[in-house]
Amino acid sequence: MPWRPPRPAPVTSRLRLKTRLFTALVILTSVCGNFSLGWGMRQVGRLLTISPLAYMRAVVNPWVALGISLLILWLFSHMTLLSWADLSYVLPVTSIGYVLSALAGKLFLHEEISRWRWAGILLIAAGVALVARTAPHRAGGVSMSRGAAS
Amino acid sequence: MRWLLVAVIAAATTVSDVLQAAAMKRHGEIRDFRPGALGRLLAILARNKLVVASVAAMTVSFFAFIALLSVADLSFAVPATAASYVLETVLAKYLLKEPVTLGRWAGASLVACGVALLSR
Repeated sequence: MPWRPPRPAPVTSRLRLKTRLFTALVILTSVCGNFSLGWGMRQVGRLLTISPLAYMRAVVNPWVALGISLLILWLFSHMTLLSWADLSYVLPVTSIGYVLSALAGKLFLHEEISRWRWAGILLIAAGVALVARTAPHRAGGVSMSRGAAS
Repeated sequence: MRWLLVAVIAAATTVSDVLQAAAMKRHGEIRDFRPGALGRLLAILARNKLVVASVAAMTVSFFAFIALLSVADLSFAVPATAASYVLETVLAKYLLKEPVTLGRWAGASLVACGVALLSR
């Protein structure tokens, strides 16, 4: 009888939906949060000091405050996602946020995207596609895609 | 100075993510999303030492990040996170005992190379 790879633990459609929902939330809050922080820090100006007062001044900038609120939301959704999904799954999959950040820079801030950057975007997208095909949690530790299960 | 901040960000992010993942793995899957249950969950997690240590590391990483943003573009701050992808995948395998398959290794490496290219 030919050897068969062990069957992956069933990933229920409920868990799949939850994973997609919280992955989207993690990506959205990190992209918007970092964008908001970057915008705010442009207004605040140079901050190379360990004086707490200067940091307090940065924190009360409305864009920085919005960025912090979004990052707190990010923390909660990230922790919720990690309660059932592996870190080695969550980390690469949520990195599609970098691609969205670069595209947001092009669309809203009219930043140029060089050929190197496009190459980077393609590599990230390929990496995300590879990891997204594996089961998100350790009970289903065996890869769901036959190609990557070797 | 810039590279010192990059190193601080990468190290603090890695520590924070691994501690957070360890804490949430021990806690188990969150299933109840009603407001009362979420409030109780928050109270439990706020007393969890791993979560507190993770948030402390995240705070260090956050202030180093806004200090870096004040002297450099967002696109310079990006490569800091590229190195942490491979490092965190290694820690996920050996510290958190996650099943890191070939597909996950390949994916994490592709992402790390891609993030590094984004800074050019």
